[in-house]
Order: sequence, then C-alpha cells, then structure tokens
Amino acid sequence: MELKRFGFIAAIIVVLFSVVVLIGSSQSSPLVIIGSMIATTIAVATPLTLGALSGLYCERAGVVNIGIEGMMLAAAFFGWLASIYMNSIFGWAALPSLIGGVFFAIFTGGLFALLHAVLSITFKVDQIIGGTVINILAIGVTGFLNRQMFFEKGSIFGGNVPHAPGTLPSLAKAIDSLCNGGCGGLVNSISGSVIDQKPIALLAILLVAFTHYVLFYTRWGLRTRAVGEHPRAADTVGINVQRMRYANVIIGGLMAGLGGAYFTLESVPSFEPLMTNGRGFIALAAMIFGNWTPFGAWAAALVFGASQAMQINLQIFRESIPPQLAILQISYIVGLTPYILTMLILTGIIGKTTPPAADGVPYEK
Amino acid sequence: MTETNIILEAKGITKNFPGVLANDNVNFDLRQGEIHALLGENGAGKTTLMNIIYGLYRPDSGEMRVDGKPVIIHSAKDSIALGIGMVHQHFMLIPVFTVAENIMLGDETVKRGVLDRKGVAAKVAALSHQYGLDVDSLALVGQLPVGLQQRVEIVKTLYRDAHILILDEPTAVLTPQEADDLFRIMRELAGRGVSIIFITHKLKEVLAVADRITVMRGGHVVNTVTPAETDEPRLASMMVGRQVILTVEKGASEPKEKALEVKDFKVNSQRGLETVHGISFDVRGGEILGIAGVQGNGQTELVEALTGLRAPTGGAVHFDGQEVTGSMPRAMTEIGLAHIPEDRQRHGLVLSYTVADNMVLCDYYHPPFGVRGIIQQTALDENARRLIQAYDVRTPSPYVPVSKLSGGNQQKVIVARELSRPVKLVIANQPTRGLDVGSIEYIHSVIVKMRDNGAAVLLVSAELDEIMALSDRIAVMYRGHIVAIVNVKEATREQIGLWMAGAQAASV
Amino acid sequence: MKDKFSINVVWDWLRSAWSAMFVPILAVFTAMVVGGIIIALVGGNPFDAYLGLFQGAFGSVKALSETAVWATPYIFAGLAVAVAFKGGLFNIGAEGQLALGAVFSAWIGYALPDALGFDLPAIIHIPLAVGFGMLAGAVWGAIPGALKAYMGGHEVINTIMMNYIALNMTSFLLNGAMKDPSPTNVIARTPTIAMSARIPRLFDAEVLRVHWGFILALVVAGLVWWVLWKTKLGFEIRTVGANPDAARYAGMNVEKIVVLTMAFSGMLAGLAGSVEVTALNYRHELGFSMGYGFDAIAIALLGRTHPLGIVLAAILFGGMRNGATRMQFLTQIPTDIISVIQALVLLFVAADAIIRFIYHIRTQEERVVLTRGWGG
Repeated sequence: MELKRFGFIAAIIVVLFSVVVLIGSSQSSPLVIIGSMIATTIAVATPLTLGALSGLYCERAGVVNIGIEGMMLAAAFFGWLASIYMNSIFGWAALPSLIGGVFFAIFTGGLFALLHAVLSITFKVDQIIGGTVINILAIGVTGFLNRQMFFEKGSIFGGNVPHAPGTLPSLAKAIDSLCNGGCGGLVNSISGSVIDQKPIALLAILLVAFTHYVLFYTRWGLRTRAVGEHPRAADTVGINVQRMRYANVIIGGLMAGLGGAYFTLESVPSFEPLMTNGRGFIALAAMIFGNWTPFGAWAAALVFGASQAMQINLQIFRESIPPQLAILQISYIVGLTPYILTMLILTGIIGKTTPPAADGVPYEK
Repeated sequence: MTETNIILEAKGITKNFPGVLANDNVNFDLRQGEIHALLGENGAGKTTLMNIIYGLYRPDSGEMRVDGKPVIIHSAKDSIALGIGMVHQHFMLIPVFTVAENIMLGDETVKRGVLDRKGVAAKVAALSHQYGLDVDSLALVGQLPVGLQQRVEIVKTLYRDAHILILDEPTAVLTPQEADDLFRIMRELAGRGVSIIFITHKLKEVLAVADRITVMRGGHVVNTVTPAETDEPRLASMMVGRQVILTVEKGASEPKEKALEVKDFKVNSQRGLETVHGISFDVRGGEILGIAGVQGNGQTELVEALTGLRAPTGGAVHFDGQEVTGSMPRAMTEIGLAHIPEDRQRHGLVLSYTVADNMVLCDYYHPPFGVRGIIQQTALDENARRLIQAYDVRTPSPYVPVSKLSGGNQQKVIVARELSRPVKLVIANQPTRGLDVGSIEYIHSVIVKMRDNGAAVLLVSAELDEIMALSDRIAVMYRGHIVAIVNVKEATREQIGLWMAGAQAASV
Repeated sequence: MKDKFSINVVWDWLRSAWSAMFVPILAVFTAMVVGGIIIALVGGNPFDAYLGLFQGAFGSVKALSETAVWATPYIFAGLAVAVAFKGGLFNIGAEGQLALGAVFSAWIGYALPDALGFDLPAIIHIPLAVGFGMLAGAVWGAIPGALKAYMGGHEVINTIMMNYIALNMTSFLLNGAMKDPSPTNVIARTPTIAMSARIPRLFDAEVLRVHWGFILALVVAGLVWWVLWKTKLGFEIRTVGANPDAARYAGMNVEKIVVLTMAFSGMLAGLAGSVEVTALNYRHELGFSMGYGFDAIAIALLGRTHPLGIVLAAILFGGMRNGATRMQFLTQIPTDIISVIQALVLLFVAADAIIRFIYHIRTQEERVVLTRGWGG
C-alpha cells in the first residue's frame, strides 16, 4: 500500500483514539481506554470487513455489486428468524440455534447474490440498477415479513417480538464453557482484552488473509482477476467467463451473508428494520479505498470501525465532554464521520484507485 | 513446402449474424507446414471464419476436420486441445499480469497449493529461446512495447503445443521492419512444421510471404491462388469485385502561406508521462502533411492536443498567425478546424443519436441550429437532408440512429459534418481505418479536394500506403519525436520504414 | 420524408408509445401476480387484497384525490432521477435532497414572517418558500455532481452518503433549533408554516386534500420534457449522458454540464419536499421522507425516463401506496407488501428480458448500460 494511503489511515486512527483518550481520561486510564477502543473497533468493523470482502470477490471478477446492503439486511433477518425457529419451535439449545442461524444467514446472502448474478450476468441488466433492486427487495421483504410474523394478531408469534437465543459467545466465554470451568486462569487473562472477540469478528479477520491467498496465489484467483480485467482474453484461453463470474458473485453473497449474521446473532439479539444503516455502502467505500485488495479493504474498514467506536465511547464518557463541545452536539458530528470520510476517499485525494479494468461491463460473446 | 498433407479443413461453413451473412458456404483448407494467407477487405468475413475455427463462434452449418478426422469445436478449450492457437488483432493479454501469468492463464501449473510462477517462467524462457522469440517472463505485459506483446501472444500458443497457428492482421501494429521480422519468425515456424494461417488486407505482404492465398469477399471465397499466379491488381480486383485504382488521383499541390505552425510542442499521455517531446512542424494551406508512424508513438496525444481534447504541457501552436495553444475544441472549431477523429464511435459520433442530430453535434449551439438556447428543429432537419444528399450517405432516413449505419457511412456523416463548415485546417486521424475500399476511395478524394480548395491538411495514419498516396510532404514520428520531414517525391518506402522503426534519424 | 402532422405521424407516435409502454405494463401485471402468490402463501386472499387496493386507490372521488396527493412528490422525485439518468448519472440522493428541500421550505414558511416582523402576502411567501427548498435541493445535488465532475468521485456512493448526512442534519435541526416549541409537542417536527406560505387546495379543503401542487407537478413534467428535448441545455445533458467523449469533442464543457445536471435533478427532488410541506402537511416532520429515494428510481425506470411515463408511473405507485391502507383495513395484509410488489416491478422493468421471455416478445433496441465501473 502506498505511503500516502497508509499515512492517512494511521493519522486518522491516531486522531480518533486521541480524542477519546483525552475526553475519557478523567474517568479511566488511557491504557484501558485504548484497549477498549481497539476491541470495539475490531468488533464493529466486522460487517464492514465482510461487506468489503463481498464486494471484492464480485468486483475482481468484473461485477459491480451495490446490493451488499440489501444482502446483509436480508441475511440478518432470515438468520435471526431461523435461529428463533430452531430455538423456540424445534426446541434446540441456544448455541446450536445461533450457529444454525448463521448458516441460514450465509445461505440467504448467497441466494440474493444468485439473483444479482442472474440479473447482471445472464440478463445483462445494468449492474447498479440490479444492485438497487436487491436493496429494495430486501427492505420490502424484511419489512413485510417482520410485521406479518411478529406484529399482527393471529400471526405465528402472536404479536410478541421474541429475542434471538442470545448472541454468539466471545472467545473467553467459549473457552470457559469448553473447559467446564477448569481453565480459569486462561479465561481471566483473555476476558475483556483485545482478542476477546466473538466468532464472526475473528472469522472476518481470517477471511481477509484467506482471500489474499486465494486472489493472488491460486489458480482460482488468477482466473477471477483475468475475468475482471479482460474477459475476452480469458475466454480465448478457454475460461468460462460467465461461470467464473457467477461463482465469485455467489461467494461474495456468502460473505455478505456472514456480515449480516453479525447484526442479529452477534451484536444484538434482535432485528430492527433497516438496521444495517448504510454499512453495506461504507463497506464498498472501504473496498475502493483499499484499492480492491483484501488487506487494504480491511485497513479502511478498521478506520470506519474506529470512528464508530469513538461514537460509542463518547457516549460512555459523555459526562466528561467539556460543555463547549457538548453544545456542538458532538454525537451528531461524530455520527457523520464515516459518511464524510467515505466521500473524501472517493475523491481520490488520498491516493489513486485502480479498479479491475472490466468492472461493471457485462460480457458479450 | 512440398507436402500436400491437409492438416485442417473447413467445408461449407455458413454463419449468420443479425442482418449480416458473414460466412456463406465457405471452403478452406490448410496444408502441413504452409503459410496460407486469407486476404480480403474489412468486413469480408475472414475473422469470422477464423473465430469459428478457433471455437469462439459456432457455425450455423458446415463441418471441420483436423488431420483428416472430423471434429466439433465448441470453445477455445477444444481448439487448444486440437493444437490450434490464435493471435488476435487486438491482443488478448492482461496488462496488469506478468508475461508468465498471461502465458499460463487457463493452463496453470500449481505446486503445493500455490501457483508455480517460477516453474512456468523457466519453461517460458526455454521455449522462447528455442524459437528465437525471447521474452522476459517477469515483465508486466502492459509495459511492453507492442512488438514484444505480439511475441508473448505467439509464445502463448507454442506453450500449449500449437501446431496450427492463426494470426489475425498481425502487422497492423508493426513497423515495416518489425513486420519483416515477423515474417522471418513465421518462415522459421513453418520450417519446423507449424502450419500458419494469416489474415490480412495488405496485398504486398501476401505476395511476400504466403505459399497460398485465399481471397474472400462479402462472406464467400472468391479463389485460392499462389503468389506466382497473380499480382497486386488482380488480387485487388478479386478483393473488391471490380477494377480498383490503387493510386489516388492527385494534382500537384500549390501551397500557400503557413497555416499551422507547431513549435516545441510537448504533450503528456493519459497516465501523465511525456509522450510528445517538443516537436516542431508546420502545414501550409493547400498542402497535405502526412504524419507517418506506427500507432503508439505519440500521434494520438499530438492530435488530441492540437484539437483541444488534451492540454499540452509546453510549446506553442499558431494558426494563421494567431496563438491557439491549448485552445478548447469549440474555439478550434470556430477558427476553422475540421477534425476527423481516430475513434469515430467514441469521439466523433453519439451512436444512439439520429443521423440528423450527429450532423449538428458541433454546431447546435449557434444559429441557425440554436437560437437563444432553443433548438431549431426545421433548420436541423433541412441541414441533415442536404448533407445526406451531398455526401451520399446511405441511410434509410435522417432519423435513424447512426449506430445502424455501416462504418463507411458513419465516417461519411462525420466528414459531412466537419467539412460543411468553412474550413481552413483539416486534421484527419486514421480516417479510413476499418472501412471498405469504396469508402476509402471516397474519403481520399474528399481529402484531396479540401487541399485543392486551399485548406491545410494534417493527415495522421499508420497505413504507410495511404500516407504515401496522399501526402505532399511526410513527417515521421517515432517515440514522440519527429525524426524526419521530407517531400514525398524524395523519399522511398524503405527509407520511411527505417525512420518509423527509429533507425537513422535524419536532420530535421 | 413525412409531413409533420399527418395521420401517419400521429399513428406512428401512438404505436411507438404503445410499444414503449407494453413491457412496463406487463411488468406491473407480473409483479402483482407474484405479489398475489406471496399474499396467498401467508394466508391471505389475493383477490380481496387487490380489490381493496383498487378501491382505496381509484374507487371514489376521495380515493382519487388521495392518489393525486401521493403521486405529487413521486412525480417530482421521479423526474429528478430521470433527468440524472438522461445525463448518464445515478442520483440515488433524491431522498436527502427532498428532505433538505422540505426542511428549508418549512423554515422560510414559519420563520420568515417572525424574523421580518411583518406578514408577507402569499404571492411572495409561497414562491420564496418553494424556491428556497428548490435551491437547497439543487445545492445538495450539485455537491456530488461537482465531486464527480472534477474529482472523479462516483455519484452512486456519494449521493447515498449525502442522504445519510442530510438525515443526520435534519434530525439535528428538528430535534434542536427547529423543533416545534408548542407544549403539546414531543416529536421532532417544525412548527406549522404561516397561512401565507400555504399552497391552496384544489377543492373544498375539508373534504378533498388534493392541492395545486399536483397541477404544478404536471406542469413541471411538461417543462422537463421541453428542456430535455427542445433546448440547447437539454441537448448537452443528453449528449454527455450518451457519450461524454463525443460531448467533449463537440465542444461541450462536460464538467459544467455534469454539475448542472445534478443540480437540476436535486432541484426537482427538493421541489418534491417543498411541495409536500407547503401544500400538504404545512410543516416538516422527521422521517416522513423515508423511502422516496428508492421509489423514485423505480418510478423513473418504470416510466422509461420519459416525463409522460413518469407521471403515469407516479400515479400508479401513488395509487398503490394510497390503496394499501384500505387493503390493510379490509384484509389485514400489511402495507409493506406494496414495497415488495414495487421491488418486483422494478426487477421486471430492469430485467425486461425476463418479461420478454415469459410472454415471448421479441427484443427490439439495444440495452442501455449506464454503469461504467467506478472510473478509477
């Protein structure tokens, strides 16, 4: 990654952290604050990372996907729904229900991605319109079913909104239950620290490294990139362009599905309409800023995560906010950071971006 | 080559595209170890036939045999498996990949879960050395010069053990010397048993290197002859179907004062690298200055900077004594520039617009077409009708989208639009690329007519024949410099070819 | 060559209009069929549901009036998206532009008389309020336009970001400085605007809510058509949209036109918000503008980015939203099903190949592909 880009990312993270440390210093020690910020950053960056990876697979193969937001939303809803069914109707225990929910979320993401693939690749619909269709469809279906199933009298759950069977456990808790209480020391040292993350968060980081390996060191990655740069060239050496694109878009959907699972199965145990709140789009910005590379996208996702973490931590320390800043309603301004950062990144003043050459262009024989 | 062993045979190939019968019951055969040229003008169906043989298209009917056995080729994978390799006119290389990655794409070797880049590089090195086609496996293809990229394409086919090689218009991007080099390689390969089909529309090449020549016209085969049995005029008339005059009728030029003066002109490319390094030349009214040179030596950037599509980084341009350096396109149009662009579908036309709208593309904003911000439809229609008739544009109506016209007629729309204004300077960049012979003749005659009317004409073309036929003076561009400016009578083709290749820069 | 107004020309125009509408009509029909299947799957009766929908949308004078009320902002927003499309741009920011148009119109509507100290005549106040809203929308659209034109920032993500920024801004204002101070108010909304800033109703205000804003919408649709196809500016917008390279060659200042197009588009979206405030609600309330942005895209595409088609599509969508309340009242089917149906309509319109395949229609012209990647 170029120095300019790296410098910018580092600078922003330092600024965000410093503000929080300064404000919270009266209530807590700087080291604790920094630790908390890092842990929160990694956690909230999870859907952004997975969304960015989703975009990465699609776009490296040449298909623009702005429907990541919709895919995550749908996955969040259906994964949550599945976990509730498994828990209250099939009678499974909490953890298996949650895991089952995650798998169903991933499946949902893949399904919506299949729709996007059919529209963009087979029907050659304009890819941004196709992505918009996915978003509108996801909003409509989740809103409708959410209301139909939980709020209507006579609906299956009779007007009560159940909670998902909790959320996925963090690393410390997982080790604790595996050890049946025998690993007290290990659990205590991990608990509350930076690496005490929940499974999807850890999985996201692993997937970043895995994607880097696949994209740049395997046959699949070479062919995918070829299809995204110059599909006709790939065609002339016998590669099936449409099939590669389908496969990569679906993989992207699976990633987005996992990202959606984060919202309702790891972060909070319930579903709110429109709860993804633009994060699918911010994930796209992270992908662009990372110049379509896995580690680059992850770094950008961490920056966005840091700004969100700052918002959360400022809430915790709100009594310590000096009155002058409070008048500025600082939470609104902080809330704007991800969006403004995204726009800045897109102007390219922080470094040039080179998308795959055939990105967004349907392939015609 | 004395074997009459037929290694590839295509019989009764027919292929229809919407509105066009590209191949009409075509028969074609290739003998072992021969160099067989497929000759025809643009649109004759040569590339379609080869794409069918290579598996990129499926024929509507007909059959193919390789080594006497009937085969069905559904995709490039099949043809590659049969030992057929193809080098396309527009390279099928991925600029951001290395040479090794491009060569192994589709046929990758994997060692312990990871691409075996080193192994492939070694194999490529051995192969390229064996055939005298040295390439650097680790270089990024996008940074290689065109001649080397072509080599990579050829090595790519040999890597897959191709013994039938199809070359589609391989000399389109080469200097005369590089073309000779290519022919040497072709003979070398043929001598080793590789059978070669090469597609071209250039008569001289065909007579120079082919063992047999098959001429196609309008989708069907006209004849198959050997070079000994024919000559240029006869081949030309087979290609076109009538007597073709191979030279342009042109009286002597009567140049007037200097119209366009370019001094120390510098231009950067899209990526910001200096591509035109301080060149100087001038064009007088009533003469044609032809800029010869293989594409990619700065001509595109030069023309863009002269016509206002790109800002120059240094130097000065004067027109009729006025300074016009870095002027915008509209300003240049208003002082009398007619620009026939290199890429007609990208710059010169809006394909989805009607013929009538395209005719006023540069003039819509002033009277009679635009009055106080409102488009005057009647004037627009009248103009379209007049120009269609005057320039003989074949179109069912002025309100048809221009995308429906043939390449030649699209170019006529541009020419009609540009030359219907009062014009003092014509800049024509590759004006006849991709056109049929009839359109080429027409465009040439129009260019000469403008000259005779007193306009200064700057002609940029990669087709040396065109330059030599039309120009009064010739300037040669190589790597962003003008390496020679001569009078057409004083220069030989060979000499210009040498200059185009960068050898022997004359004092300019 | 034909004479301008002969029967042949009119017939040809009718025929091409019909063939242009054919696929959208089938798309709507197919979407409703699929929607009906979904309704049946969750236990409802699709026929009763659609009957209720139709009754609610067109079944009485009051229903028609309400449909017109719903359709008005859709017409403006649909025109906004269509103008951007014609210029080769995706304006997904209609929602934010609409919200700001509403906020600023409301502000002029309630704050100006107090600030000036005297009342204004309606003939000045209404244009001021609406005009200010249009200006706000135009600025909000011009910003991503400029970012695209001069810095290459793709307008899809930028306009979406501007939506969220606008949302935050309006939330900030409506919860703070612009909050309705009356003691009975707890929600985030502005005070009501002065009587002099209100666009009058068409008929008896007690009975029918339809207002002159609807008429304005129709007029503006005609104006947009005229600008796009009869003026120099329209020619430039469409050329930049069709082929920016050729536009540059033709001497057009592509950057300026991109900014103007987005400003024009934002202005229309802002107008949607302004009219809602000054003609219907007489105030701006947080959250009322949710969902208009995507609906606008669907309407623009359904109407084939042509002002006449957009008016028809807007009336259709407005009718569906309006009728959904009655549908829910009669059959307990949640109104959200309309969102699903609208998503399906958009799906079928965008992928008209699906419709052609189902109903065996031959393909006509070339596809329009607007996406050119991120232009990096």
